[in-house]
Amino acid sequence: MIAWLTDPFTLQFMQRALLASLIVGVLCSVIGAFVVLRAMAFLGDALAHAILPGVAIAYLVGANLLLGALVAAIVVAVGIGVFSRRGGVKEDTAIGILFAAALALGVLLMSTVRSYATDLTHILFGNVLGVSTGDLWLTGILAVIVLTVLLLFFKEFQLASFDPVLAHMLGKRPETLRFAMLILLALTIVVGLQTVGVGLVAAMLVTPAATAYLLTRRLASMMAVSAVVGAFSSVAGLYASYYMDVASGAAVVLIATALFLLAYVFAPRRGLFARRALSRA
Amino acid sequence: MSATAAAAACLTLDGVTVAYDGRPALDNVSLSVPHGAQVAIVGPNGAGKSTLFKALVGLLPVRSGTVMLRDRPPGKNGETIAYVPQREEIDWSFPVTVHDVVMMGRYGRLGWFRRPGAADREVVARCLDELGIAELEKRAIGELSGGQQQRVFLARALAQEPHVLLLDEPFTGVDVGAREALLAVLARLREHGITVLVSTHDMETAAKRFELVALLRGRLIAYGAPASVFTPEHLSEAFGGHALFLGGMVVIDECCPGHVGDGEEHRHSHEPHGPDFHAPDPLGHDEHAAPR
Repeated sequence: MIAWLTDPFTLQFMQRALLASLIVGVLCSVIGAFVVLRAMAFLGDALAHAILPGVAIAYLVGANLLLGALVAAIVVAVGIGVFSRRGGVKEDTAIGILFAAALALGVLLMSTVRSYATDLTHILFGNVLGVSTGDLWLTGILAVIVLTVLLLFFKEFQLASFDPVLAHMLGKRPETLRFAMLILLALTIVVGLQTVGVGLVAAMLVTPAATAYLLTRRLASMMAVSAVVGAFSSVAGLYASYYMDVASGAAVVLIATALFLLAYVFAPRRGLFARRALSRA
Repeated sequence: MSATAAAAACLTLDGVTVAYDGRPALDNVSLSVPHGAQVAIVGPNGAGKSTLFKALVGLLPVRSGTVMLRDRPPGKNGETIAYVPQREEIDWSFPVTVHDVVMMGRYGRLGWFRRPGAADREVVARCLDELGIAELEKRAIGELSGGQQQRVFLARALAQEPHVLLLDEPFTGVDVGAREALLAVLARLREHGITVLVSTHDMETAAKRFELVALLRGRLIAYGAPASVFTPEHLSEAFGGHALFLGGMVVIDECCPGHVGDGEEHRHSHEPHGPDFHAPDPLGHDEHAAPR
């Protein structure tokens, strides 16, 4: 049993994969609490796709692809913030416009490149087994930055998410906090690219946090449970990928989904059975 | 405190004009609320009751005129005026406990990095006690009854240690028991010298349980003791054709969603509409009676 567990990680690239998976699993899940509570699931999805032109441009000019993705995500996040500011269009409208525009620009730029490099497909679909030491450092640094900001300003983010009106009255600048949250989200998505890929990042931002929501009654514990669910899914997905020879990103998301379904049915207070029992009582 | 200071005005509005979505919603309102007084703000839907509150707490800009709190402009940090929002404005599914919510009242006094300390927890415990919800502090807000939820937000407002407390439609959607409990809390606040403004559709409660009433309809129609405000002239000015005068009684027939007249508790949700966030409900009719 011990050997079964340790076996995969005698290989260097598997050790890097484990670390990267854990970082991404925890980070996406923690910030995912805010994504779920503020109904920003669509935003996460949009941001994940909006990095496409950044990646394409970076590829064309031969720059670091992650850096290109990061710049694109931040540009789109700030753009959404600006367009949906008070008096502008609604947030989901702003997201829809920028999402479509960024995706179109990405496809346009990519169509100028005849041959797809494996690098490019990796960044779109993720390849946790191909994580280099440099990627790992970048991922780790970005994750530390995002988690530190979330922790330092936890009470402000909590207040602004729950009651922006009181936040405004208490001088806590909910608009600034919303911008900050968008940028943290953009950073998180870029971190997640390497391991689970663009398409699956959105799932990791939503699914573990939704599972945690069903199991907890405080934001802090929701974030902690979400982190555990995210970390477990990431590691379990990696094992599945090693022993069953399946795509790791997809395995991670499906394990997270299975955990969500369990919580949906069996959660003590918000689960299907608990609600049934409550409505019968 | 000397007698003259106690009688001095706590909150003074001088020619206050507030626009909402570019339209003037409140025009040239001047009134002065004595220290520790309790005022009911009444008027038809869209009269500007919520607009007035939002302007007082800085959520809507005051176009002209001045607001003075104890002869000074209200502080920027919202510590001096606390606001209890209408229940429709709260996300009841958010994972926060009663204790968490009341602690939020302390955040204005805490810096961006400071965490709540022992003194803050003491204030929170005191406010929970004051409202008789100490045993609920670990419960999620979504698990509470309507009356309990209201007390949580009242406790949060008290945790701000305000000079002035604004309650937006607190009698809407709660049963008779919760209304009486709230009135009992308000009576205790009087002892603490907190000035209270309450917006309400409940004309009867306004007339019988408040010493001062302000009647609004885009501007201040009348302000003073209930007997001097609830006159046929003022009421027809405020409610137009909706005011009916039947031998010794004034009946206001107006649609006001969210008001529960039969003591039954149920929730209403409606789209924000106009300065008061009240959409007219073509089916719901309510009758308010006020003594003449």
